[in-house]
Amino acid sequence: MPPTPRPARHCQPGHAPPAPAAALAFAWRAALRIRHLPDQLFDVTVFPLMMLVMFTYLFGGALAGSTGEYLQSVLPGILVMTVTMTTQSTAVALNTDIAKGVFDRFRSLPIWRPAPVAGALLADLGRYAIAATMIMGLGVLLGFRPAAGPTGVLAGVGLVLLFAWSLSWVWTSLGLLARTPESVMFLGILVTFPMSFVSNVFVDPATLPGWLEAFVDVNPVTHLVTAVRGLMHGEPVTTETGWVLATCAALVAVFAPLTMRLYRRER
Amino acid sequence: MSPYAIHAEGLRKRYGDTVAVDGVDLAVPQGSVYGFLGPNGAGKTTTIRMLATLVRPTARTARIFGHDVVADADAVRARISLTGQYASVDDDLTGWENLVLMGRLLGHRHRAAAGRARELLAAFGLEAAARRRVKRYSGGMRRRLDIAASIVVTPDLLFLDEPTTGLDPRSRTRVWDIVRELARGGTTVLLTTQYLEEADRLADRLAVIDRGRVIAEGTTAELKRSVATGAVHVRLRDPARREDAARILTRVLAVPVHHEEDPAALSAGLDDPARAGAALSLLACAGIAVSDFSLGRPSLDEVFLALTGQHTAPGPRQEATA
Ligand SMILES: Nc1ncnc2c1ncn2[C@@H]1O[C@H](COP(=O)(O)OP(=O)(O)O)[C@@H](O)[C@H]1O
Ligand SMILES: [Mg+2]
Repeated sequence: MPPTPRPARHCQPGHAPPAPAAALAFAWRAALRIRHLPDQLFDVTVFPLMMLVMFTYLFGGALAGSTGEYLQSVLPGILVMTVTMTTQSTAVALNTDIAKGVFDRFRSLPIWRPAPVAGALLADLGRYAIAATMIMGLGVLLGFRPAAGPTGVLAGVGLVLLFAWSLSWVWTSLGLLARTPESVMFLGILVTFPMSFVSNVFVDPATLPGWLEAFVDVNPVTHLVTAVRGLMHGEPVTTETGWVLATCAALVAVFAPLTMRLYRRER
Repeated sequence: MSPYAIHAEGLRKRYGDTVAVDGVDLAVPQGSVYGFLGPNGAGKTTTIRMLATLVRPTARTARIFGHDVVADADAVRARISLTGQYASVDDDLTGWENLVLMGRLLGHRHRAAAGRARELLAAFGLEAAARRRVKRYSGGMRRRLDIAASIVVTPDLLFLDEPTTGLDPRSRTRVWDIVRELARGGTTVLLTTQYLEEADRLADRLAVIDRGRVIAEGTTAELKRSVATGAVHVRLRDPARREDAARILTRVLAVPVHHEEDPAALSAGLDDPARAGAALSLLACAGIAVSDFSLGRPSLDEVFLALTGQHTAPGPRQEATA
């Protein structure tokens, strides 16, 4: 049976969709990929829950006297850590698209050019929101009692999402620059691991040797964790929040234009 | 409006020390199927990528329907579609999802995109595999889906980069049918291939490219005529009649006739295949029985060999056996 492709009736060539529609289509694609490959969600579901339970019960007694007390301070830290570590998955996905040639097709379409990147970042916000919901849900079950109530929690989660989204631009640049998805993944781990662990997520920086404490103090993750703890527990953290917002602005100011330039660059 | 779908003069692309495309001239009329024939590494993909706005030429530029591929890339993208050398569909999505995604990216609403996807899947014989992930498609199915994704909105100009490389003969024939159908619908097709037979069967005109340069251009008939001559092979039932047959053939073909090693066989070079028919009927009139008669059409491989001194990729030799 010979195939008989017919011209499309619904749409004439040259009708590019508006920018948000194109970005939404890419976000839809990301959602479909998650549906087909649910293990992509491990890093925002199973992993943070495991970390939360593990650290609360493993270190709670030793580091804070009681697990209940430790949970109050470690939960915001684990939220930040999980979301920070998952930001690199965008880069891996982007680089895989390029390596497979899927990107060539997208780049030859008459669409808003950054749409694939914008769509991926939009889908990532969804992933981060899933991670936040999981952690907060389990946290409350385990006895997390934020003094600032739901408003404080929302403010804290919002700040984490903003930071993650800003940090994602670093990864989109890297994803467009790197030669293979494997190198992206390796670099991602190389950066996010120390950033997450060498911070105040698990321990009080005052207990660390001086040189390490110096790194912890400049690590943006430290400022973010302090700010999120403060927002959730109703302590004043205006300075820390300011620092985080400034970091976010700087990341976006540098890496968003860089991503766009790399995206337009030919391969 | 430009009468040409593609018009390029002196198009060049250099990567470091490698000159991938070294001054390609192209004039592809609208509504035609244009073949771009050359061996591996000749510069076919690079040329297509420049024409499809993915790569910026090192020197000069090209016009697609009158729009400059560098200065007016958006206008070009609105008229073209590209099916790259390696399938550029998302392996992790189903065939249906891939097509709906393309539809949405091209401005359809979800429902219209879904309708178009169903229509294309049916047309390309992929209905049964619509809900299966592309990862589990065969090479031929993946290729068809890839082409379907390029015509979700029918483009005015479709680039197909080696659409049948690596496909089995049946899948290849299906792809050929698709290309012909698209051309009938008015889409201009630029098709690269390493297979002579493919260019011969599909293309109205073709350019032969080697080491980044177009070394010959014309209709397939013109190219063949310019270089190669065919050959006729005759095998007689009775070897004793070979001399009579040779005399007849020499007279009607007006070329020297060669006596083969096989005592019943004769062969002769041939400028005009039409004379072979006359030769055959004269042999019959003279009561010389023929057990085997074949007309070796000049193949594009001979064209290529004559032009470059090299063979192209092995393709099936074309021989019409009478
Ligand atoms: N991105 C690139 N970087 C360096 N060299 C390249 C690149 N793309 C193609 N080439 C070189 O340019 C030449 C032509 O390649 P290509 O256009 O892919 O040929 P074809 O498609 O005819 O096989 C080859 O020698 C190839 O190695
Ligand atoms: Mg090629």
